[in-house]
Amino acid sequence: MKKYKWLVPTIYILFLMLPIYWLLNMSFKTTTEIINTYSLWPQKFTFENYITIFTDSTWYTGYLNSLYYVVMNTVLSVAAALPAAYAFSRYKFLGDKHLFFWLLTNRMAPPAVFALPFFQFYSSINLFDTHVAVALSHCLFNIPLAVWILEGFISAVPKELDETAYVDGYKFWRFFFRIFIPTITAGIGITMFFCFMFSWVELLLAKTLTAVAAKPIAATMTRTVSTSGYELGLLAAAGSLTIIPGAVVIYFVRNYIAKGFALGRV
Amino acid sequence: MNKTEYQKAWLFVIPVFILVAFNAAVPLMTVVNYSFQETFGNNVFTWEGTRWFKQILQSDRFHAALGRQFLFTGIILFIQIPLGIFIALTMPKEGIGVSVCLVLMSMPLLIPWNVVGAMWNIFALPEIGFLGHTLNDLGFDYNFTQQTGDAWFTTVLMDVWHWTSLVVLLSYAGLRSIQPAYYQAAEIDGASRWAVFRYIELPKMKKVLTIAILLRFMDSFMIYTEPFVLTGGGPGNATAFLSIDLVKMALGQFDLGPAAAMSLIYFFIVLLVCWVFYNLMMRNEEQS
Repeated sequence: MKKYKWLVPTIYILFLMLPIYWLLNMSFKTTTEIINTYSLWPQKFTFENYITIFTDSTWYTGYLNSLYYVVMNTVLSVAAALPAAYAFSRYKFLGDKHLFFWLLTNRMAPPAVFALPFFQFYSSINLFDTHVAVALSHCLFNIPLAVWILEGFISAVPKELDETAYVDGYKFWRFFFRIFIPTITAGIGITMFFCFMFSWVELLLAKTLTAVAAKPIAATMTRTVSTSGYELGLLAAAGSLTIIPGAVVIYFVRNYIAKGFALGRV
Repeated sequence: MNKTEYQKAWLFVIPVFILVAFNAAVPLMTVVNYSFQETFGNNVFTWEGTRWFKQILQSDRFHAALGRQFLFTGIILFIQIPLGIFIALTMPKEGIGVSVCLVLMSMPLLIPWNVVGAMWNIFALPEIGFLGHTLNDLGFDYNFTQQTGDAWFTTVLMDVWHWTSLVVLLSYAGLRSIQPAYYQAAEIDGASRWAVFRYIELPKMKKVLTIAILLRFMDSFMIYTEPFVLTGGGPGNATAFLSIDLVKMALGQFDLGPAAAMSLIYFFIVLLVCWVFYNLMMRNEEQS
């Protein structure tokens, strides 16, 4: 039994890689080849699809737009969530439990419920089709998540650390920035990773709140498919490129990822 | 952890409160507003009372969508949770294999949801997709764009592909927190593999598994983009889950009143189930 244990993760990973390989395979074919011939690898290997994406500004600005609001949202969410998570972890205050659950309810709100009202709301405050609008709207689910994860990590730090610092004469903010934040860097890194991830993969709100100027890559993809017939090769290339930022980010947090997914609560 | 009572802690929470309330309060009020009114455009609204709520709660369309949603969520929880635990148990515990497994297994989680849908679309298409082509070569009559069963099979398989890793990572994190001493003690007692799992590993994973079930329930209940891109809710309405049906009603037919009423009912169901889970989880945490 033990000897064949490695088979399970191996088969699972193969299953995970198969559709990704197929996407890559398609991205190096021309659309005509995709439709007319079935082959496990490209017969006429071509970079044409990728060249189109990197030279056509309607394509590559999509990536820049996405990265722009994702980074904005990540910074905003973590900065706001950090003091809040500290408060939830260390103090009892009026309505704390209710507030925490209320925050979580926003993580539970189906984006489809909010799509139309969001469109009207952000239009009425003149933020429609801006990066800020998408970054702010993603706070709806990323801030609750960030508070939840950070609270887990902060609760794992013994309270004696705070008390010792106060005895040593540290004022609160000096303690918070000089001692506390460096102690939970891993937790902050993980939280940023999650905010990045959920903002990067979300499309419904991002698409609803943008038209041209801030249109994310994911939306560019859907639109091109519907107007120019089925440009499958191009679609596959664009899709393959969206995998890269995620893969890069995963690599940096690989040692903490399991703990992070457990929201710091192991 | 014993907490100090400190009312000024509210000051720490204010930024979060403002940012989330800004996003949640106004749009939610808009939805509530619509749900009680009828509009024919031009910002003319008439009061309708609870008419839309009654209409939705009695409509066959809503019942069908809700039924499909519960069936889908049930199936994927039933597959992903045991499968995730099983894979986590077989993962290497040290060495280079750990990083390799973690990085590769996390990949599907970081792919934008519409790309997941598009990827599975071209992976499963009967003529050009690997899955569709292979199944047809093996003699199955497989076509997910036309046959209900195939559409469900493909959607479930896609979700298993997309999210099982989340359960794996959570379970793995739980398993890693078990001290080797527990295993040594079990070995001395001559405990069977099953006993080790049942009395050592499973209790240790209880907390993370609750999180896994909670997250998987929430996200699968809200699923929209992936099936929308993969099947478009089709064939017919076979894979039109709640969110897909809702968007169809709100943006496709512009039935704002009924759509808003449906949104609120929908949101309420998610809240109710999550509230139960949340309380279970908090009780676990207090016990430990």
